[in-house]
Amino acid sequence: MSSPSSAIAPAGSATPAKVLVEIRDLAKMYRRGTETIRVFEGVDLDIRDGEFLALMGPSGSGKSTLLNILAGLDTPNSGSVVVDGQEITRMNARQLATWRSTHIGFIFQFYNLLPVLTAAQNVELPLLLTNLSKKQRRDHVMTALEVVGLTDRSEHFPRQLSGGQQQRVGIARAVVSDPTIILGDEPTGDLDAASGKEILDLLERLSSDFGKTILMVTHDAHAASRAQAIMHMDKGVLSR
Amino acid sequence: MSMPRLVWANVFRNKKRTALTIASVVVAFFLFGTLRSVITTLDAAAAVGSEARLITSSASGITFPLPEAHVNRLRAVPGIKSVSWSNWFGGYYQDPRDFFAQFAIKAESYLAMYPEIKITAGDVEAFKRERTAALVGVGLMNKYGWQIGQTVTLKGTIFAGDWDFVIRAAYTPVNPSFGDANMYFNYEYLYERTNGRITPGWFALELDRPGGAADLAKAIDAQFKNSTAPTKTETERAFQAGFVTMWGNIGFLVRAIGTAVFFAILFVAANTMMMAVRERVGEVAVLKTVGFQNGTLFWMVLAESVLITVVGGAIGLLLSRLAFMGRTPLNSFFPGFGVTNSTIALGLALATLLGVISGAIPALQSSRLSVVGALRRVA
Repeated sequence: MSSPSSAIAPAGSATPAKVLVEIRDLAKMYRRGTETIRVFEGVDLDIRDGEFLALMGPSGSGKSTLLNILAGLDTPNSGSVVVDGQEITRMNARQLATWRSTHIGFIFQFYNLLPVLTAAQNVELPLLLTNLSKKQRRDHVMTALEVVGLTDRSEHFPRQLSGGQQQRVGIARAVVSDPTIILGDEPTGDLDAASGKEILDLLERLSSDFGKTILMVTHDAHAASRAQAIMHMDKGVLSR
Repeated sequence: MSMPRLVWANVFRNKKRTALTIASVVVAFFLFGTLRSVITTLDAAAAVGSEARLITSSASGITFPLPEAHVNRLRAVPGIKSVSWSNWFGGYYQDPRDFFAQFAIKAESYLAMYPEIKITAGDVEAFKRERTAALVGVGLMNKYGWQIGQTVTLKGTIFAGDWDFVIRAAYTPVNPSFGDANMYFNYEYLYERTNGRITPGWFALELDRPGGAADLAKAIDAQFKNSTAPTKTETERAFQAGFVTMWGNIGFLVRAIGTAVFFAILFVAANTMMMAVRERVGEVAVLKTVGFQNGTLFWMVLAESVLITVVGGAIGLLLSRLAFMGRTPLNSFFPGFGVTNSTIALGLALATLLGVISGAIPALQSSRLSVVGALRRVA
């Protein structure tokens, strides 16, 4: 297990951003009975370091599948995905799990916090896989909770938090190990407008203040407008 | 937080269900502790018999007495150091349901032959001297609150009538399995009250040296083979083991019940773990998403299962130990009855095995869970 070097690094100096993610000729299909369903094929995409991108498209267009492949949770039928110089499409399940723990921060639509753990313990989960000491883990957790503005709720259980607060804990969990890229699967999809705005403000701040690279899948055009660029996926075709 | 803390939190996520499962494991292992102790106590009772003593009883069974004339012929057998004898009395004190063993013994030779009977109170010489004297185990003394010098009256069942005994001495067995709830009295009292119609129930033979008991037993039985009272001679340990089997095949019965209980509780524990894992498919998917390995999740679920069964097993075994500490009604039937350390150790090993078996399938399911499919299900 590797240790993240710091909790959440602030944005660096204004050097030309390198290409962080390279997706080439990616294809995904699955079989339903005798029928082969093509989700997408020939997808190419570059994401630069520090970019905040939104990915929109109708249900079933393949955007979540693309997100899952990029997170190393699903495998493509062909093509390659290179993240920060590592071709994850060549990794086995064990290597992918280790890679995810240090390179991916995932924000779920329904927060998916563990109800038996406090906010701080939920945020700490990815750090259990590192070599950090208890105190170091605690410091990282408190920093992440500070970023999302929930230090005063660290000992609360999820049931004691509002939806917006739970999602902020989810974001703290996603950023606590200072991952290479943050992926959001409709992070505001289960929230009211006010809470949704708070989350979008937070994501925007993670991008602008901390230079985090973010790819957010959303149905909501207003949410997508907060990103630096919007991509569309329709019938397996990705356009920017 | 740590991995063990995460396991602990998951075990108690549904407190009622976990408490009920642990309770069922407690009951099962209380039963295990108790039932296995029946076997260990019977085994210990059989083993308490010496290999250096032979018992000669009637070839027709121990309920058939032997002629007293056998005594001199037995004494003459080379290799026999001394001969004594005893009879089963079969009386009761006040309540016929309250069982304890009484033996009429040839006191002088019998006590010399049985150093296991350690006199700890009273006057053993008075016991040997007085016709109606009794030697009583301390357990029995305590049970009835009897005192040295007290006269107690037993009702005879085999030998009818009221039998008065004066307690002259009390003994504590060197080995608890020998039993501290027996009563011994003088054979002469039985002989006289039955007007000489009683003869020895069985003979106890002390050997010059422990080796060669089997050959000696054969030689003795051969000597009486064509007499009016043929004999069956065996080591005291074999005799005790035979006595124990009079209870029927208790070992088989106890093992059968124990196995049934084990499997019943296995299904209960497995069901609990299946439910526990099924209801947190989404959480397992989240853990995988943040980087938990399949193997880590496998061990976490297995640890939960083992924790439940080991905690339940330990409580059950502890309760069974506490329940049978000191003097209990079972001691009348099973001298030295108690839950041994070996039973506790075996019980804990079984509880661990139970946890591993019941948790294996849910643990495998968790480790093999597809993250994408699981997240789609909970979305």
